[in-house]
Amino acid sequence: MSWDYASLLPGVIVLSSLLPGVFIFLVREESHTLRTVLNLTGAVAKLILVGLLIYGVWLGQVFETRIAIAPGLTLVLNADALSVLFVTLSTVLWLITTVYAIGYLEHSTNRSRFFGFFSLCVSATVGIALSGNLLTFVIFYEILTLATYPLVAHRGTPEATRGAKIYLAYTLTGGLLLLVGAVWLRTLTGPVDFVEGGILDDLPASLHGQLVVIFGLLLAGLGVKAALVPLHGWLPQSMVAPAPVSSLLHAVAVVKAGAFGIVRVVYDVYGVTLAGELGLLAVLSVLASFTIVYGSILAMTQDGLKKRLAYSTVSQVSYIALGTSLLGPVATVGGLVHLVHQGIMKITLFFCAGNYAETLGVANVSQMDGVGRRMPLTTLAFTIGALGMIGIPPIAGFVSKWYLGLGGVEAGQHWVLVILATSTLLNAGYFLPILYRAWFRPLPASWPKEHHFQTRFETMGALLWPPVITAVFCLLAGLLAAAPFSPLEWARLIAQREYGL
Amino acid sequence: MLTAQFLYGAAGLMLFVLGLWSFLVHEPLLRKIIALNITGAGVFHVFIAIAYRGDTAPPDPVPHALVLTGIVVAVSATALALMLGARLQDAEEEDQSR
Amino acid sequence: MTDPLVLCIALPLLGAMLVTALPRWAVTLGIVAALSTASAAVALTATVWQHGTLHLMLGGWDAELAIALRADGIATALVLMANLVGLGISVYATGYFHDRIRVRSFWPLWLLLWAALNGLFLAGDLFNLYVMLELLGIAAAALGALTGNRDAVAANLRYLLVGLLGSISYLLGVALLYTAYGTLDLGLLAQGVAASPELYGVNAAAMTLMVAGLALKAALFPLHFWLPPAHANAPAPVSAALSALVVKAAFYLILRLWLDLFWPITDMAVAMLPAMLGAVAVIWGSWRALRAERLKLLAAYSTVAQIGYLFLFLPLLAATPPGPARDDLLAALLLMALTHGFAKAGFFLAAGLVQTNAGHDRIDDLGGTAQRLPATTFAIALSGSALIGLPPSGSFIGKWLLMQGAIATGQWWWVIVVTAGTLLASAYIFRVLSRAFGLEPTPLKFVTDARAEVPALTLALVSVALLGLASGPLWTLLGLGDAGGGA
Repeated sequence: MSWDYASLLPGVIVLSSLLPGVFIFLVREESHTLRTVLNLTGAVAKLILVGLLIYGVWLGQVFETRIAIAPGLTLVLNADALSVLFVTLSTVLWLITTVYAIGYLEHSTNRSRFFGFFSLCVSATVGIALSGNLLTFVIFYEILTLATYPLVAHRGTPEATRGAKIYLAYTLTGGLLLLVGAVWLRTLTGPVDFVEGGILDDLPASLHGQLVVIFGLLLAGLGVKAALVPLHGWLPQSMVAPAPVSSLLHAVAVVKAGAFGIVRVVYDVYGVTLAGELGLLAVLSVLASFTIVYGSILAMTQDGLKKRLAYSTVSQVSYIALGTSLLGPVATVGGLVHLVHQGIMKITLFFCAGNYAETLGVANVSQMDGVGRRMPLTTLAFTIGALGMIGIPPIAGFVSKWYLGLGGVEAGQHWVLVILATSTLLNAGYFLPILYRAWFRPLPASWPKEHHFQTRFETMGALLWPPVITAVFCLLAGLLAAAPFSPLEWARLIAQREYGL
Repeated sequence: MLTAQFLYGAAGLMLFVLGLWSFLVHEPLLRKIIALNITGAGVFHVFIAIAYRGDTAPPDPVPHALVLTGIVVAVSATALALMLGARLQDAEEEDQSR
Repeated sequence: MTDPLVLCIALPLLGAMLVTALPRWAVTLGIVAALSTASAAVALTATVWQHGTLHLMLGGWDAELAIALRADGIATALVLMANLVGLGISVYATGYFHDRIRVRSFWPLWLLLWAALNGLFLAGDLFNLYVMLELLGIAAAALGALTGNRDAVAANLRYLLVGLLGSISYLLGVALLYTAYGTLDLGLLAQGVAASPELYGVNAAAMTLMVAGLALKAALFPLHFWLPPAHANAPAPVSAALSALVVKAAFYLILRLWLDLFWPITDMAVAMLPAMLGAVAVIWGSWRALRAERLKLLAAYSTVAQIGYLFLFLPLLAATPPGPARDDLLAALLLMALTHGFAKAGFFLAAGLVQTNAGHDRIDDLGGTAQRLPATTFAIALSGSALIGLPPSGSFIGKWLLMQGAIATGQWWWVIVVTAGTLLASAYIFRVLSRAFGLEPTPLKFVTDARAEVPALTLALVSVALLGLASGPLWTLLGLGDAGGGA
């Protein structure tokens, strides 16, 4: 490897959270300040570095870190438009979630362990985002599994242990299938680099049968993390994790890693044209559509707020897969932009759910009567997130659904509109009752477990501002969708490159 | 005297097989140790048979050296096995007296 | 006599004599011997790295009677691993034994074992290999029985006897080869075997006897029965040495014979048998590890499985023509062996600490201990992920290349074995790790007992970070030796 700025930056971005993470493990439990300083230094440094990266990519610079692990096996981190999209999302949300987590865990135990793994988790996500070939992707994908396991198990209760075990069983099996698929593909093609438009066009038609099987393996591996039905079983179980972890799992790290992987495999390995010819997109679109509807139906039946949000994630993440499975740049834009939009909306909702639980002891939808009057700002943020999920303009979610629907029409797949409409109705069906309870039902006599913080706001500042900020992001992403550097514009840039427009 | 060499070597192989059989089927420790020594002796016989280079020529010194070394190794291994066996017996007697 | 090749064997031997003569200074002398031996191994690696394979004849005799030493890439890689692991074990042992008698018996035997190990890796002729093999077996069994409790003595007595049987079988094979070719030098014998296809019967018989005897010592399924009790009942530093190094030495010898000596007759069909046994070992060993009640027994069964992986490479090597693909397979094989060496040693050292801290090693009751010792739990986690083959670790690369070779040669069934073994390994490792996330009180600092935890953690880290992210130099080292498999 060489040692200049452009070939170091992607590696340094990964290290900027990895190194603080390693040091945090060594911090004594009671050194709260030192740990916080390490956490925030890492998060802010990463943000600055990503800023430099975006600027450079915008100027057309090529950033690539290559480390030869062994002859023929190279760790490649590079920044194309797609990775920048995901890196930015995870870096921004990591900073916010770190602040939130510091507040959330203020008096709990094992914080050095928690924040250590928290940082590893983000490093792995950023590694996934920046992966320049399939090997690197697989490596970080597995590290992500390992780093999240302690976070899910963090509470230490029997349910947490059980949830973590189920999580691990699903994700490790999935990871293994992904690994087998990756190795197999490598024997056919040599190193599998991610290249816009795919790399498999030159393979003879006689190998197409193998390619289909390999795609099945890869999709099974990625589908576990992306929570495609029927591989979604771990996700509701891992809801036992502390709120910041759920936020991170659902909005940024785990499910997004799966969805991002599907996008990578379809566009940058197989190429969307070949994937269409082999009938792979059709399979993906059926799976995604089924997941969208099925997840929403299950969400309606949940009383636990976090569980309802979890099934909502199952449903919403598949919008990304759906957008990927439709041939045509507009649908691609819809899927990619939803990668960001779902992230900011879902993290808002999870932050709010955490606030209700921490401040009032409210964990179930049936206990949410009148929370809007007790915690107006939190509930306002929740409302923005929920309305965005339903797809009410001008919130971010509307933009995603608009492009997906348009993409479906463009691809001649009008049934997509039916799926979107059904999903929207179902979304409304499980979110609107919550909003109604929160704003219009009378306050109960007492809350299940109320916590009074020494503050003039409804809850501790570190818990309150993160969801407010992300809710503002949801609004801005919708209102300013056409502005330069908005998620939508960036998704358009990616789609143009993927389709060679 | 090719036959003598052959007989010696064949006897060695037979000792090896006998010792192996005895080692595998007999439970008591002492019999196992003796069986192993017989097996080893069989292999040494084979080496000595190899060393023979006719009546006129002196025997090949290499196999002789090997057998000597082998015997030393076998003796020390046997000693260790006996010592461990004795300790095991002590432990068992202690268990019984308790 | 200052050749690193000689020093690697002479220094631990000298150390063993010194600690026997001056038992009061056993720990100090022992650690000095360990440090100097490890330095000699590093110097040897540097020399081989620069100049390629080293040969040496000791004693001024000709090739027949002299002690021939040879260090090629494969041997050097294993020597380096064994000596670094040995150093870690030595540092750990300084704090592990408190009983004066144990201290005084541990160090001479341990240094003797070390000398035998280096001797075995570096020996260039079949008879010296036999002597080293016996020495290794005797020292290992004596060390394993060091705790003196009944289970340990019984298990290690069995280990000793089984080992002796293996060596005798090996020796008979040597006798057959000497009858046919009149030499014991590995290089000369290799030429002889290659030049005499008409002696197929003798070659095959010798190979069967030697490989079967060594497979017994390497604990290849179904000859593994002696290993779990022997390794699980030994004192922790000894378990580490037995599982990480001693078993590996027997496998090394099989590999040497297989690739250098008998390559003209070890074709696909012949290689299938050990590989199939290896496949069963992977599944059976992992399954038994999953069912094990005790941490050290788990680690011991995991060794049975890990040795199994190494045998899977044999038919792939047979089916792959010489070239980069075959080099990759050979390097991957070595990488798996090295990674297992570091990881298993780290695992056993950490397990020993858990045992001394908790007073037992029953996995189901380890909750509090795992919480109290974060650094130890980390060492178990890191070495555990290397045992599973999760990235980044040397065994991840190894398994990647193994599966790649299996798919490329059309032997896809090994992929299923590897996949199943990996899943089982994840299950047994995480069965242990899940104990670390209970509701027990929180630790206040990371490291509690540096002298014991740092070696365990370092060895585990090497297996994960160093071998997993920078295994390229291994290829260079192997490329320097005549590691082309006799071809």
